[in-house]
Amino acid sequence: MLDELVRAAILGDKRAIARLISIAENNGTLAREALKALYPYTGKAHVIGVTGAPGTGKSTLVNELAKEYRLRGFKVGIVAVDPTSPFTGGAILGDRIRMRDLYNDPGVFIRSMATRGSLGGLARATADAVKILDAAGYDKILVETVGAGQAEVDIASTAHTTIVVEVPGLGDDIQVIKAGILEVADIFVVNKADLEGADGVALSLEVMMSLGNSEKILHHGILMEIKPATESSQPRWRPPICKTIATRGEGIKALAEAIEKHLAFLKESGAWEEREKLRASREVEEILRTELLKRVLSKVDRQAIEEILGRVVKREIDPYTAAEKLAGGLT
Amino acid sequence: MAEEKIRVLIAKPGLDGHDRGAKVVARALRDAGMEVIYTGLRQTPEMIAEAALQEDVDVVGLSILSGAHMALLPKTVQLLREKGLDHVLVVAGGIIPDEDIPKLKEAGIAEVFGPGTSTQTIVEYIRNKVAEIRRSRKNA
Amino acid sequence: MFDKEALKKIKERQEQWEETTLQQWLARLPERDELFRNLSDMPIARLYTPADIPDFDYLEELGFPGEYPFTRGIHATMYRGRLWTMRMFSGYGSAEETNERFKYLLKHGETGLSVAFDTPTLYGYDTDDPMAEGEFGKCGVAVSSLADMEILFDGIPLDKVTTSMTINAPAAILWAMYLVVAEKRGIPWTKLGGTIQNDILKEYIAQKEFVFPPKPSMRLIVDTFEFGAKYVPKWNTISISGYHIREAGATAVQELAFTLYDGFEYVKAGIERGLDVDEFAPRLSFFFNAHNDFFEEIAKFRAARRIWAREMRNRFGAKDPRSWWLRFHTQTAGCTLTAQQPENNIVRVAIQALAAVLGGTQSLHTNSMDEALALPSELAVRIALRTQQIIAHETGVVNTIDPLGGSYYVEYLTRKMEEAAYEYFRKIDAMGGMIAAIEKGFPQKEIADAAYRYQKEIDEKKRIVVGVNEYVSDEPITIPIHKIDPEGERRHRERLARVRRERDNERVRQCLERLRNAAQDEKENLMPYILDCVRAYATLGEIMKVLREVFGEYREPIII
Repeated sequence: MLDELVRAAILGDKRAIARLISIAENNGTLAREALKALYPYTGKAHVIGVTGAPGTGKSTLVNELAKEYRLRGFKVGIVAVDPTSPFTGGAILGDRIRMRDLYNDPGVFIRSMATRGSLGGLARATADAVKILDAAGYDKILVETVGAGQAEVDIASTAHTTIVVEVPGLGDDIQVIKAGILEVADIFVVNKADLEGADGVALSLEVMMSLGNSEKILHHGILMEIKPATESSQPRWRPPICKTIATRGEGIKALAEAIEKHLAFLKESGAWEEREKLRASREVEEILRTELLKRVLSKVDRQAIEEILGRVVKREIDPYTAAEKLAGGLT
Repeated sequence: MAEEKIRVLIAKPGLDGHDRGAKVVARALRDAGMEVIYTGLRQTPEMIAEAALQEDVDVVGLSILSGAHMALLPKTVQLLREKGLDHVLVVAGGIIPDEDIPKLKEAGIAEVFGPGTSTQTIVEYIRNKVAEIRRSRKNA
Repeated sequence: MFDKEALKKIKERQEQWEETTLQQWLARLPERDELFRNLSDMPIARLYTPADIPDFDYLEELGFPGEYPFTRGIHATMYRGRLWTMRMFSGYGSAEETNERFKYLLKHGETGLSVAFDTPTLYGYDTDDPMAEGEFGKCGVAVSSLADMEILFDGIPLDKVTTSMTINAPAAILWAMYLVVAEKRGIPWTKLGGTIQNDILKEYIAQKEFVFPPKPSMRLIVDTFEFGAKYVPKWNTISISGYHIREAGATAVQELAFTLYDGFEYVKAGIERGLDVDEFAPRLSFFFNAHNDFFEEIAKFRAARRIWAREMRNRFGAKDPRSWWLRFHTQTAGCTLTAQQPENNIVRVAIQALAAVLGGTQSLHTNSMDEALALPSELAVRIALRTQQIIAHETGVVNTIDPLGGSYYVEYLTRKMEEAAYEYFRKIDAMGGMIAAIEKGFPQKEIADAAYRYQKEIDEKKRIVVGVNEYVSDEPITIPIHKIDPEGERRHRERLARVRRERDNERVRQCLERLRNAAQDEKENLMPYILDCVRAYATLGEIMKVLREVFGEYREPIII
């Protein structure tokens, strides 16, 4: 049954793709089997992450970008992530609704996912969903993050090209720009560029990028140091700043061009392999970590854990000693 | 082992613009721990069926107050089944006269929730029915 | 009005009362709830005295009917001079069927017509458009061309009866059809009275029957203001609506605030066009909901009049007193009516209608008891009409103007609602106006939140709905359900096909071209071009298609 699904998905059958993504989300042994079978067929797609604060118009931008890609003949997969409510465990997945233009297009697949307790901006199964769409032959896969918290870091390890979306009017120019953005963004988009302050945001981004030396800036009211540009022999990519008005479809062609340029850069400079290696190492490490933890915990008596934890709470032993005890019994 | 999440598509077929009920139900289902995809207004049966397929939902909820339910609802169910979505629970709500309900049920609408239905009723129905469907699929 | 000493005494005595008589009573029998709130979530006190309306100035706050600030009524004699118009919203199936229903209602004493159109017509689609599949005549009458309009008003004297048309995105076109019907009968436009709803802002906020984006929609609306002021002086070219906002789940305060603010936007738009405010403001009209909380609704209507008068005079500098009048139509709240025990709805509607009358409405529609089940049957609509007639002729409430004026509770509530509305005005001003607020999703979110709260209260039985979550019964519903004529659609489609065959198609093509060019020029008023298209028997869908191509279609921000 699983083989059939995998075979069908590789041939592009949408029902099979959808079912496999659900299996991956539910993360049992079935998921593992499926992903093992699919893995050889992955590695072709260009994965593009779109991140940014809520209200920056990410979904609309993704909609427009997907339309542009369709005009260029690419098959487009979209994974849109929304937060799971920590109180109820439920979620309203509200990105698909902003992609009306794509509803009737057979060359587009849209999947909405909830974070389901994952702490970052992505659902735990996002990377799996991306692999499934990759294996199914989608050329461009757009991943839209929740846009809060760790989103930027998470997306960077999943995507080849990361787009960070900013908008004017969220605050003072420099303070808008979160720490960490600079290291993660391959392309900046200033959306809602018709609003006042758009030029200011673009300028702030320019300024921050051109600072080659260590410099202090006022960021969210705190004086911060900007990392010096790394001295390296590696060819460098300077993130372009694209202005868009997604609701009007303006600036989208230029954005698509910028993304293609980045793809070309990755392939020509060897950075593509670098990123793939990084992704692979992060992924294997993550799986290893989960696997080892599972094995450790399976070898230890549940009651023993409870008992030791109780002692930690009572300050009889410290957490390090507790962990040593738990792990120690395994060698 | 955590319960598998229930994924629900809430859709408004046809030209009906009354979305108060659909939005209230969407929130209530979210508060009950389900994942809800709301398609928005002006959906054709084709768009709804395709969305249900891609999102691999357990439930499709159709909200319609315009009186066009006999033309649109059975067609939606038919398209769902044609796409291989045999196990998807399809329910409806809105303004649907009692006398049309038997015909709708025959066409595959499992239940019709008329005006005055409490959100608890809808939540419980979905929970129970989906559990039943999942059980029978496992045993099949 | 009450001197400070007297108020002080009253307050002291009230405190005494609370500590003695009241306490004794509460000890024997505690109150049924800890907190009593109205539908706008305002706490309601046990008792209201003059001390609750300190600094009450009769002349400032109330004045006299027919004089600024019109709190007590816009006419000096109100219902003593003329009763409100009994205007029953109707329409279903084909033009022939609805024409029959119009005649039935006129025969039974309604004093004005009100047209409900089907969803395809509301969105500007002809019946044979694929988007219209399955929707013909279900919630209103289908009108695809002038030919349907002619049949719809067959045998009805347009110079003697006023007609309100509930139509928004394509309002200009349906109005043009009505005007051409009159023209063909030799009735001068100066004699025509009526209303087109034509209120696009509330579509974006609540009813969702928008087609074009805000800018071109506002342009079309101001075109009608301009045209109407010149050529159809007795016509209300807009009915600024709160009804639908309320039906979508808003509170009474939100209904009041958003509706009036929409009004401000329309006045601004007219002034920006270069019109003198007094040229078009007298023909702006309003449309409110009459919901369950009796006194809250009455206070809402009074506050609306006072706010509008003040803003028109001060904010917009209107000088003609008729520009300060808030004239409104009311419909009883459809969303409060139940499918269970539908006869109960007759009672609900009667009480809601009474609130509208005590609130001074100019025109009233009462819902039929089968509202939650189907289109109104003849019996149900007759009872609804009789409800108005009984209030008018048997209750005596019409013998004096604003009978609740001076009630400490009602005056307190009127003030409170006014304050709450101004808070919303400030918020929306800060966002840059209503269109900006809509883009941000602000009114939509307020409404969705209020709707959810309301449902939760019902689910948790904090709010009782008789027959639904309390006093339920299992009886099957036995009231007659109205059906539309199955032949109606076929007849209509044949007529549409015949129109397309028999008209001068070259002339149609040219008129549509001229309309397209005019639409692309912001300086052109589109009414004359639309009228030409209509005269040539271009269909609604054909005209709307041209406008859709020029103006584009609106994509709403999603707020759940």
